[in-house]
Amino acid sequence: MIAHAMAESDDTAGPERIGLRKEFDQVGIGDVLDQLDRELIGLKPVKTRIREIASLLLIERIRKRMNLTSDVPTLHMSFTGNPGTGKTTVALRIASILHRLGFVRRGQVVSVTRDELVGQYIGHTAPKTKEILKKAMGGVLFIDEAYYLHRPDNERDYGQEAIEILLQVMESQREDLVVILAGYGDRMDKFFGSNPGFRSRIAHHIDFPDYADDELLAIAELMLQDMAYKFSPDARDAFIRYITLRKTQPLFSNARSIRNALDRMRLRQASRLVADLDRELTADDVMCLEASDVLASRVFAEADGPKGSAVAS
Amino acid sequence: MRVTQGCFSFLPDLTDEQISRQVQYCLEKGWAVSIEFTDDPHPRNSFWEMWGLPIFDLPDAAGVLMELNECRKVYGDCYVRLSAFDNSHGWESVRLSFIVNRPKDEPGYRLERHEGAGRNIRYTTKSYAVDRAEGKRYGGT
Repeated sequence: MIAHAMAESDDTAGPERIGLRKEFDQVGIGDVLDQLDRELIGLKPVKTRIREIASLLLIERIRKRMNLTSDVPTLHMSFTGNPGTGKTTVALRIASILHRLGFVRRGQVVSVTRDELVGQYIGHTAPKTKEILKKAMGGVLFIDEAYYLHRPDNERDYGQEAIEILLQVMESQREDLVVILAGYGDRMDKFFGSNPGFRSRIAHHIDFPDYADDELLAIAELMLQDMAYKFSPDARDAFIRYITLRKTQPLFSNARSIRNALDRMRLRQASRLVADLDRELTADDVMCLEASDVLASRVFAEADGPKGSAVAS
Repeated sequence: MRVTQGCFSFLPDLTDEQISRQVQYCLEKGWAVSIEFTDDPHPRNSFWEMWGLPIFDLPDAAGVLMELNECRKVYGDCYVRLSAFDNSHGWESVRLSFIVNRPKDEPGYRLERHEGAGRNIRYTTKSYAVDRAEGKRYGGT
């Protein structure tokens, strides 16, 4: 595809008309966007933003073929949002969109945190950061919890060195690498506040909202479907109550909490089934999560509702 | 006199894009690419100095080019070459090696004749550049 584009740019005139639909179908971002809609529940603002970016890039690609020169658009992004709102998942999708549109050459995602970028002694940070940057070139560098790079309480912290190298590469090698910073909203704001260079080099700030109750339920059902499990109708009702209760409790991390809850329910279902060894099991038995599997959760016991005590007894 | 050694040495110097295509090929083959430099380009000088460690496990050549440009910044007046080492069993040797940077001015070599006993003559090639001290051979400080 790249060779094709280059051959086009050799003749100075360039093609006069380009069918938008043909171009759209050809790069196949439609599939990726549909998959995004299908597999990611909720996240309306995020999806709208990604569609916008994808459209921009599609037009940019066509402009390039028509020899309307323009710089490589800045594609660095920051994802802010609470834990478990799908930042990493979206980063993977973005990488594949960028790859299909030809804005990154390989489309791999290198996901790192502070540990992988910052060294432990003087002179250790630069090679370490460069090593990661080299691995990420041609793809996307995803820095999770990016605010840990900057430690305001310690001005001799090596994080600053990593930040400087990152900024330099983000600016000078825009066509080689897309950097995505991710983290919780308020702390990212503080991070950008103390590193204005980062803020201005990032074109797209995308905020990930928390999921609503019904979205969490839809996520749970999608996860179960992937694992070839399902809720019985009673279990489904119980799980709706579970979500409402769990959200009020501390350390709730959206989809991640849901995944963990489902894992514990599978555990309970398994021990319930194994308790009766003389039984003959059908496929339906091993697929179905019953209300008791849900209601045994600690979440119900901690809530002071009458349902919780009924299960405990 | 233009030094020709390694691959592509009778072609015009490769552009950065051509270099990165070659490097990409090496990386895709799983070879380790190393950057080496020297200011003693005698064909028998097999001890070039390494710029950093050999580079491998990269999906894209841009990382190698980044290192190469750093090396050029520091040793722009030396010969720099890229070598791709294949560690697979049975090969275990350099598969591809080509010059990616050369000094602006290459003074070339002279042939020395050593007259021995009888009519015996031994020949030696000597680079004019190595008459000067290391680091000062190609207009370096």
